[in-house]
Amino acid sequence: MIAEALFFSAVLFIIGVVGVLIRRNAIIIFMCVELMLTAVNLSFIALARLHGSATGQVFVLFVMTVAAAEAAVGLAIVISIFRHHKSVDLRNINLLKG
Amino acid sequence: MLQELAAVDTHPLAETAARFVGLLPLLPLAGFLVNGALSLASSYKRGPADPSAAGAHDGTAAEQVAAHGSDHDAVARHPYAAITSVVGTLMPALSFALAIAIFLAMVSAGDFSTPYVRSYFDWMVTGDLQIRWAFQLDQLSMVMVLVITGVGTLIHIFSIGYMRDDPGYPRFFAYLNLFVAFMLVLVLGASYPVMFVGWEGVGLCSYLLIGYWYNVKSNADAGLKAFIVNRIGDVGFLMAMFMIFANLHTLDITAVNAAAPSLGFNSALVTTICLFLFMGCVGKSAQLPLYVWLPDAMAGPTPVSALIHAATMVTAGVYLIARSSALFVMSPAACITVAVVGTLTALFAATIGLKQWDIKKVLAYSTISQLGYMFMGVGVGAYAAGMFHLITHAFFKALLFLGSGSVIFAMHRAYHHTGNHDDAQDMRNMGGLRKYMPWTFALMWIATLAIAGVPPFSGFFSKDGILGAVFERAQHGTLAEATWLGMPGSAVLYALYGLGLLTALLTAIYMTRLMLYTFHGPNRTGEAERAQLREAPWSMTGPLVVLGVLSAVGGWLDLPATLPLGPVGLLDKWLEPVVGAATATAAGVVGEGVTSTEYVLIAVAVAIAVLGIVIALVRLRPAALLPKRDALPEHGIEKLLENKYYIDELYDDAIVTPLVSGSRNILWKGIDRGIIDSFFVNGSAALSRGVGWVGSQFQSGETGAYAWAIAIGALAVLGAFTFR
Amino acid sequence: MNTLVYTFHFYLFGLIAIASALAFVTRKSAVAAALWLVNTMFCLSALFVMLDAQFVAAVQVLVYAGAIMVVFLFVVMLLNLGEASEVTDIRSLGGKLTAGFVGLLMLAELFSLSRLKFPRLMGAMTDHANVVNPVSAPLFHEFLLPFEVTSVVLLVAVIGAVVLAKRGPKAQ
Repeated sequence: MIAEALFFSAVLFIIGVVGVLIRRNAIIIFMCVELMLTAVNLSFIALARLHGSATGQVFVLFVMTVAAAEAAVGLAIVISIFRHHKSVDLRNINLLKG
Repeated sequence: MLQELAAVDTHPLAETAARFVGLLPLLPLAGFLVNGALSLASSYKRGPADPSAAGAHDGTAAEQVAAHGSDHDAVARHPYAAITSVVGTLMPALSFALAIAIFLAMVSAGDFSTPYVRSYFDWMVTGDLQIRWAFQLDQLSMVMVLVITGVGTLIHIFSIGYMRDDPGYPRFFAYLNLFVAFMLVLVLGASYPVMFVGWEGVGLCSYLLIGYWYNVKSNADAGLKAFIVNRIGDVGFLMAMFMIFANLHTLDITAVNAAAPSLGFNSALVTTICLFLFMGCVGKSAQLPLYVWLPDAMAGPTPVSALIHAATMVTAGVYLIARSSALFVMSPAACITVAVVGTLTALFAATIGLKQWDIKKVLAYSTISQLGYMFMGVGVGAYAAGMFHLITHAFFKALLFLGSGSVIFAMHRAYHHTGNHDDAQDMRNMGGLRKYMPWTFALMWIATLAIAGVPPFSGFFSKDGILGAVFERAQHGTLAEATWLGMPGSAVLYALYGLGLLTALLTAIYMTRLMLYTFHGPNRTGEAERAQLREAPWSMTGPLVVLGVLSAVGGWLDLPATLPLGPVGLLDKWLEPVVGAATATAAGVVGEGVTSTEYVLIAVAVAIAVLGIVIALVRLRPAALLPKRDALPEHGIEKLLENKYYIDELYDDAIVTPLVSGSRNILWKGIDRGIIDSFFVNGSAALSRGVGWVGSQFQSGETGAYAWAIAIGALAVLGAFTFR
Repeated sequence: MNTLVYTFHFYLFGLIAIASALAFVTRKSAVAAALWLVNTMFCLSALFVMLDAQFVAAVQVLVYAGAIMVVFLFVVMLLNLGEASEVTDIRSLGGKLTAGFVGLLMLAELFSLSRLKFPRLMGAMTDHANVVNPVSAPLFHEFLLPFEVTSVVLLVAVIGAVVLAKRGPKAQ
């Protein structure tokens, strides 16, 4: 089942990538990133299973923590941007431009 | 290499003073370092006052104006003058003492045919190229070492007086010491590259010393001219080295000489190598067509002219040919070329010397002419004769230069006292100096008789040796049998002999002219100045006396068999192990003893010399000569001669001007500004700007675009892993 | 557990996860997308259980499906982005096709990279009674320092989120 799990992981990850590429809603892009992280988590779990070791699962916990932190900060940014632009459309948001 | 080292240990010179050969150049080098440090220290203390021409004692009129204008009071001597005088002259003197010790060791070691090579360290070692920093002592380099250190020491002593009040005193001695060090490296180098270091080093010192009073532009220009013209020749030397290495796989002089026959007799290859070597000599030794720098080099202080541009450096070319004798005898064509160029230079320069008014210019053209004689000698394979003339010329030409320096010193001092701004070097301003400078007068007459070839002075023997050798080679030997540019070698050599005699006649005329105008006739300096004319101090006259003695008796170094006034052919026998084989190859059949022809030749030579002096005495009227400011312009051939055949102007028009305008119009405006600036420089700027613009389009600030970039980048990285 | 039943369920949850994910990226409404993502998360946690990571599966449901996605939904509601027509969200057809092409290409590369022979099925990992211990032991021994650092990261994130989301004095 390891191969299947890795297959699912890859497909989910790519769906996340494609989502990031085709969506313009900042919140949905965030969700895509969460999907990608979770897909990677699946790989971790599968490989931990393969090696019969729990270390991979520990890493999954770390990834989840970071994902939670990222979601918190990211959503706060989205809120403050929305206040400014009245929009979460990425086309309107080019603050990175120097 | 082990064998060579063993050979060095068992060499007859191994346990003698010769093992200190490395000290020979190191001593003057130490002098250079000390004096250079003093010079720097004093300029640090007093500010950059050093190059000022104040107190300078010769040079151009403009320079003297500067000298009188800026500093009319008594000039204070340099604060470090005492220590500089001691160190600056002691170091070459010690070197000379060591050279004497080594010479005595060589004499007592008797005959040895292999040179004593002392290697110090590996210098360039890459693949086939194995160059060690090694010095080579043999009879030939010993002769040069003695001349350089001996005459050099005398000239150093002379400089103490001559440069007495110069503000750059330590700098002058530093350069002079450095020159001696490099010159010794040149003659001692055991391989062509080591020699080349000395070769370039003396060129550097020559440049530095010609432009010694560099605040006058013409002096600095003269230095540059010498440097640049010499570089043209050096290309030839380098090419020769490359070709030697490419074909013989070594650059050690001994090895090259041993392997020279493998290049093939009269092959195009050996001729090319020899001609390239000779190209180097033409530059360094001021032969046609690269002689133009030497007359300008007289802008330097007179001791420099004596040491570098008469006695030692300019003879390096002669030494180089004698060194490479084994190569040159393989190529009769190259040998005849050397002799032809030498003879033509000798004649050409002698004619110019006939109408020069600057006392140093006369001597400069005379030097070029005498160098031509030396090349005539080594060209026809009479290496000992060429070297003999080199030695005697070092004596009498150094004497002439130092004597002229003494005259200029006196003239300048007289002008300095009276505030006169006339040219202290122009013979038209001199005249009748014999009353005021009897020692200089007498000694310079000795040198004049020597250079003119009047027996029993030294120049007679050496010049006769060369002319005799040319005549003999015209009769038999490889050169006589060869053809040169379609002409039989024999005929060419006979013609050279005739031109050599003509040159000897001209030499006698222009030298007598110099003496007449300088020392005889009425004095043309003026009343006030006349009172100030007097003999130079003994520190200057002393070296003159020594050189006078050497000029008088130097001929005994190598007496011809025809005139057995003492031991015959000392120098011949001494140089036999080095150049004997080459000389024998060139000579072919050895002549059978003394013949009546040789007596006829000697008689002709003497008659020519005396005839020249007589012509000058009869034809020239020093009494009718006007001072320079009143002189009338010359006409016809005299004007041509006075303007040196307009060769400088010709070079300017034919080479310099096209070069400059070509550089300006094609290289600068066309290539530099048109192609390099607009295409490469501005083009690369535009390219950067374009790339930057493209890059800036990626920096849109739109995260979507960044996400795409990341995705495509990840795709590429994964692809790289996939298709590895 | 029966192998066939196991395999069936594995594929079932995997395919549901993928289908949900596809639905998630293609929904115009942010609320609908978020709900489809929650579904994916549930399916994944089921896969985790089947891969003997029961504890992580529980955390997945609690943290991801529970906490994080609720926050997302909360923000969507807060900003009133629920209306699908409000944002012309999905790009042009060309952009979608290109993105799909890039995604497929990346997938192909990933597969060609992972052509390793994995064992089809492995034996039981540990006793199913004790599921927390295998995770907690390394977490609090081997990875104690990273664990503590993670807590600091979370703290910083909380403070940062508060600072960012707080209305500035200008806005008032």
